[in-house]
Amino acid sequence: MLAYIFRRVLASVPVLIVVALFVFLLLRLTPGDPAAIIAGDMATPEQLAQIRQSLGLNEPLVTQFITWSGQLLSGDFGRSLISRTPVLTLIGQRLEPTLSLALVTMVITLLLSIPMGVLAAWRHGTLTDNVIMAISVLGFSIPVFVTGYIFIQIFAIDLKLLPVQGFKSIFDGVGPFLARIILPAFTLATIYIALIARMTRAAMLDVLDEDYVRTARAKGLSERIVLFRHALRNAAVPILTVVGTGFALMISGVVVTESVFNIPGLGRLTVDAILARDYPVIQALILLTSGIYVVINLLIDISYAFMDPRIRY
Amino acid sequence: MSFFSAASTFRPTRMIRSALLASVVAMTGLAGSPAAAQEIRAVMHSGIRVLDPVITTAHITRNHGYMIYDTLLGMDESLKPQPQMASWEISDDKLTYSFTLRDGLKWHDGAPVTAADVVASLKRWGERDGGAQMMFKYVASLEAKDDKTAVLTLSEPFSYVLELIAKPSGLPSFIMPERVAQTPSGEAITDYTGSGPFTFVEAEFEPGVRAVYDKNPDYVPRDEAPSWTAGGKVVNVDRVTWVVMPDAQTAVNAINGGEIDYIEQTPTDLLPLLQGNPELTVMTLADYGYQTMGRLNWLYPPFDNVEIRRAAMAALGQDPILAALVGNPEYQDTCGSMYGCNTPFATEAGDELIMKGPQPEVAKKMLDEAGYDGTPVVLMQPTDVGSVGPQPVVAAQLLRQAGFTVDMQPMDWQTLVTRRASQAAPADGGWNMFFTNWIIPEVWSPLNNPMLNGGGKEAAWFGWPDDPKLEELRVAFAKAGDEAERKKIAEDIQAHAYDVVNYIPVGEYRIPTTISNKLTEIMKMPVPVFWNVQKTD
Repeated sequence: MLAYIFRRVLASVPVLIVVALFVFLLLRLTPGDPAAIIAGDMATPEQLAQIRQSLGLNEPLVTQFITWSGQLLSGDFGRSLISRTPVLTLIGQRLEPTLSLALVTMVITLLLSIPMGVLAAWRHGTLTDNVIMAISVLGFSIPVFVTGYIFIQIFAIDLKLLPVQGFKSIFDGVGPFLARIILPAFTLATIYIALIARMTRAAMLDVLDEDYVRTARAKGLSERIVLFRHALRNAAVPILTVVGTGFALMISGVVVTESVFNIPGLGRLTVDAILARDYPVIQALILLTSGIYVVINLLIDISYAFMDPRIRY
Repeated sequence: MSFFSAASTFRPTRMIRSALLASVVAMTGLAGSPAAAQEIRAVMHSGIRVLDPVITTAHITRNHGYMIYDTLLGMDESLKPQPQMASWEISDDKLTYSFTLRDGLKWHDGAPVTAADVVASLKRWGERDGGAQMMFKYVASLEAKDDKTAVLTLSEPFSYVLELIAKPSGLPSFIMPERVAQTPSGEAITDYTGSGPFTFVEAEFEPGVRAVYDKNPDYVPRDEAPSWTAGGKVVNVDRVTWVVMPDAQTAVNAINGGEIDYIEQTPTDLLPLLQGNPELTVMTLADYGYQTMGRLNWLYPPFDNVEIRRAAMAALGQDPILAALVGNPEYQDTCGSMYGCNTPFATEAGDELIMKGPQPEVAKKMLDEAGYDGTPVVLMQPTDVGSVGPQPVVAAQLLRQAGFTVDMQPMDWQTLVTRRASQAAPADGGWNMFFTNWIIPEVWSPLNNPMLNGGGKEAAWFGWPDDPKLEELRVAFAKAGDEAERKKIAEDIQAHAYDVVNYIPVGEYRIPTTISNKLTEIMKMPVPVFWNVQKTD
C-alpha cells in the first residue's frame, strides 16, 4: 500500500508541471492586461508600460515562467498583481470559509442522500422510489441560486430564524458559525443529494439481486442489516467516487453559492482573479485545485481497499 | 486578634458568595461596561483591491483615498475651491501660488505634515492626472519654502490651478507623506499612512472581502460646516467597514434584515423590495450623476470620415439607450451638454443632432452622401458590467436601422479595456466603437473631460481624435482671464466637438443609495464619504 501511495504521489508531479505550464501559457495568450485594470481609464501607453515593467510583465514569457517556477519551488507564490497582497495570504483568508462550507455540505449530503438512495432501491418501482427520484430530478434541475433565494426568503426574511448572509469562523463561536453556514450548506447540498441519491440507488439495485444478499435474507437477518451492512458496503465503490469528486468540486469553487450568501471563499477569489487577469492568483488557484483533485483521487482509491477487501495495491 | 484567631473565624462561603455576586454583576453589566463601538457596515459599488488613489482612476480607490487622506484644497457644493489642509495666496501677476498649511495636521504615525509632503504629493499627482499634466507644462517650480508653505510658480498664467487641485474626482490630489509620494508614479504605494479623518486598518483588510477604517482620534477638522470635500470633516462613528457583496440581491436582503447600514449603488429594478421598508431611505446622494457616451475610433474606416461620424450620431438617440440602461424616469435624463447639465459650463451648443435622435432616415441620407461602402463597425460589448452592457446592444440596432453594417462583439470588460488601447485595425484586433460612463464632475470642464483632447495617436484618449483646433481652444480655456471668457470658450469647444463628433453623449443617469434610518446627516455629494454621518442604535 505504501509503495502504491508513493508511486501515485510521484506520478502527480508531471501532472502538476503540465498544469502549471498550460495555465501559465493560457493566461498570457488570453486577451487582457492587468496593467490596464490597475491604472484605470486615463493611463497613457507610457504609464501602462511603466506598470507592466514594475510587475515584470514585459519580460519574455520564458523568463516569466522560469522566474515563477523558481519562486514556486521555494514556496513563494508571488503577490497579487492588483492588490499586491501575497497570494498565499489571499488563499489562506478564503480557505476556512470554503472548507467549512464543503464539510458541512458533505455531512448534510451523506446523512440524507445515502438513506434516500437505499430506500429508493429497496422500494424500487413503488411510490416511494418515484417520489425520491422526482426530488432528485428537482434537486439538480433547479439552479442553486434559485434554491438559495427561496431558502433566504423563507428562513431569513419571513421567519427571521437565520441571518441573510455572511460567514463567521467556528472559532468565533459554534452558534454564529452554524447560523450562517446552514442555509448555504443546505442550498449547495440539494444538488449533491440529488446526484448521490441517484448513484446510491443505481449501485444498490446492482447488488440487491446478488446471491449473497438472497443468502443474507434467507439466514433471517433484518432488512436493515442486509441493506446497510451487506448491500451498501458492496455498492460503496462508485458512491465514494462521486462523493470524492463532489467534495473536490466544492473546494475548488462554488462561486454562485458564495455570491448569494456572501461567503468569502475560493470560488469568488477565482472569478475575481480571472476577471482582473491577476495571473499569480489564478496560477496558484489552478495548481491548488489540481493538487486537491490529485489528493482526493488518491484518498478515494485508497478507500476502495477498505470497502472492498478484494481490492489490493 | 492574632492571625490564627482571625483565620479560625474565616468563613470560605462568604468569600465564595462575594465572588459569585461579583461575577453576576460583571456578566449582567450592572457594574457599568464600556459603550459598544459604533460601526457603519457599508456595501460599496465594488470591492477595493488597488490601494493607491494616484495610480488608478477606479472610483472605489478614490473613495478609499477620501477616508484616509486629506486634500490641500476642497471643493464646496457651489463648485468653488476652498481651503482644506491649506489656505492660499495668489500674487498680483497671477504667477505665484503660496499654500500655507493650517495648524494641527499630523500623519497617522504622529509626525507633522509639512510642505515637503505637499510638494512630493502634487508632483506625483501631476505625472498621472490629465488636467494636472497640462497645468505642469506651465509650472516653472514647485517647492517647499519652509515647513508650512509650498510655493507653485507658473511660467505664464494658467487660470485653472485651484480648480484642478480641488477637483473631487478623476484623480483628486491626495496628500501623502513625502517618503510615500516619492514612489514612482508607475508603481503602487505600499505604505497607507495618511492624515485623513480615518485610518486604514491594514491588518483586517481582505481584498475582495472587506476593508476596515477606524476613526482617526488625532484628526483636527476645520471649523466650517462641511460642504462636499470642503469644510469640517467630523467623524461621529468609531469604525466604518466596507463589506463586499458581489450579488445585489444579497445586499438588498441584508439591508432589509438590518445586517448592513448602507448600499452605495442600488439597482433600480430592486428598489420595489426596499421602498416598503420604513426603516430604510432610498435617496440620490450624487445629483450630478453619470454621463454615458459612445466613443468612435478616428484612426480607421468608417469613422475616420467626419460625415460618417455625424451619420452615426444622427442614427443614435438618448431615449432608447437610457430606457435600456436605466428604465426608470426618476433616475435618467436626456442632456446634450458634454459638461453635464446644471454644471457651470453646461451648454446646448451643437447638440441638435443627438438631441433630435434617433433619426434613421436622416442618417441614411448622410451615409449615402458620405459614400459609405458598408465597412463593418466593430462595436465592443462588455457582458460582465451592468452599467455599460446595454448601450452597445441598443446602439447596434439603431445603427443598423440607419444602414450601417455592425459587427457587435461580446467580451468581458478586461478584454475590452485591453483591446481599446490597441491602435491596430479593427480586423486585426482593434475596434471602431465602444461605450463607457463618467461621473459628471469628471467631465464638467474642458480640462477635466478626458475625451475633449485632440492630441491624436500620441496624446488623446482612446479613439485618438487628431484635432489641433480643439487643442488650441483648450489652451485658450486654460489661459482665460475670467469666468465669462471661460464659459464662452467652453461653449465653442462643445460646438466644435459636436461638429467633428469627438464623442457622442447618450444621456445622464443617477444611481440611488439605500441607507438605514439609523444613519443621519449623510453628505449629499458626488463622492460617498463617511464624515459627518451619525448613527443611532
